[in-house]
Amino acid sequence: MSEIREDRQYTQTHEWILDHGDGTYTMGITDHAQALLGDMVFVELSNVDDEVSIEDEFCVVESVKVASSVHAPADLQIIKANEALDDEPELINSSCYDDGWLVKFKSHSVDDLMDAATYAQTLD
Amino acid sequence: MKQTPLYQMHIESQGKMVDFVGWEMPLNYGSQIEEHHQVRRDAGMFDVSHMSVVDFKGAEAKAFLQVLIANDVDKLKTQGKALYSCMLNKSGGVVDDLIVYYQNDEYYRMVINAGTTEKDMVWINVQANGFDVSVERMSDLAMIAVQGPNARAKVFTAMPGLEEVCGELKPFNAASLGGLFIARTGYTGEDGFEIMLPSSSVKFTWQMLLEAGVKPCGLGARDTLRLEAGMSLYGSEMSDEVSPLEAALTWTVDLVNENRAFIGRDALEALKEKGVERTIVGLVLEGKGVIRDHQKVITSLSEGEITSGIFSPTMGKAIALASVPRGSTGKCEIEIRKKQVCAKIVKPPFVRNGKVLV
Repeated sequence: MSEIREDRQYTQTHEWILDHGDGTYTMGITDHAQALLGDMVFVELSNVDDEVSIEDEFCVVESVKVASSVHAPADLQIIKANEALDDEPELINSSCYDDGWLVKFKSHSVDDLMDAATYAQTLD
Repeated sequence: MKQTPLYQMHIESQGKMVDFVGWEMPLNYGSQIEEHHQVRRDAGMFDVSHMSVVDFKGAEAKAFLQVLIANDVDKLKTQGKALYSCMLNKSGGVVDDLIVYYQNDEYYRMVINAGTTEKDMVWINVQANGFDVSVERMSDLAMIAVQGPNARAKVFTAMPGLEEVCGELKPFNAASLGGLFIARTGYTGEDGFEIMLPSSSVKFTWQMLLEAGVKPCGLGARDTLRLEAGMSLYGSEMSDEVSPLEAALTWTVDLVNENRAFIGRDALEALKEKGVERTIVGLVLEGKGVIRDHQKVITSLSEGEITSGIFSPTMGKAIALASVPRGSTGKCEIEIRKKQVCAKIVKPPFVRNGKVLV
């Protein structure tokens, strides 16, 4: 059974978003996604200050099996990228909601997200 | 989907089951990378019961195999001795790659790939026409590959009595004990055994191996281990359209005996005459990223293609086998998601017996 955290919102493409309430957000991939992808071996993140349009591929996570693109959930600007993933991409497997976060960004609004209960239903 | 006799054991070990050429097989049991390291550092086991064992018996078994496959079974003189070979079509393309074990001049045992079994059996039976040989697929045999530096010791712990028969067995040789057929062969670049045994007893043996500390490993680790070991995979490095001369498998083609008219020989000799244009090389990525199958390779000579690309757990780098213009050396570029990333051309294997060689 995949872990789903109540304090986050979710995309249909299995990313989680944590809203800090000040126009900044943290983003990562869900437990369900990391389990499907398998052992992570490489992560390519956008650079700090990059401006990204909604739905653009702005990160790539690669597991032993496959490369998977992460799409922007909104028009956004990167304020921090998780550099620890350069040397330890496996943090996404061991701690996808905490140490394995991908990027922090700012955005005017992030819409069309699911709450935890709704996301859980999509996994059934 | 078809299941091996070990299916229930995989489920009990939390195997993540996937469709592999029509067989429901474990991709991993949690972490593919841990399973990989387990084989390089200690001992792991693979269920390879989906592969097929084929016995050739009869007065003309030897003569038939000398025609059927590109390597020469005349090299095999002692009981249990193994030989790796390709079986070719008339154009010199590879129908399958295989291992053949010698029992005597009238009895050979062959192991062929799972995904090609039906095609192979049709091909073999057609070619066997006119030879005094019986071809029998041993559907009742299961197979476990136990691999790693501690594999043999752990097999001897798990299977009492085996050490007396197999303790002195040399690499690429096999021995029989009752219904067991034990070969010191593998597909990982590590020492170990491939054990063929009756389906009815395979669960018990698997359980004994688990209790001796041998960890189950899935198809994912099997692929990264064989690629690090520089071993070809049928369908990736060679196929019906690619000859062994173009796949760095020239060493498996025996042209010494001029009178041996094996299938595909004429085509190979014509290709040699004309000049072989491609070969398989190893690549080590120097930049960041992961190499994947079918990515484009640009060498100093021309373009090539990745045939198998992985992230090597032992080296901590992306590595690959690639089909490139013959004579390509030095550096090359690999096109990864529209970017060109530099790689070094090397001669496989990348890793053998736990040591990085490139």
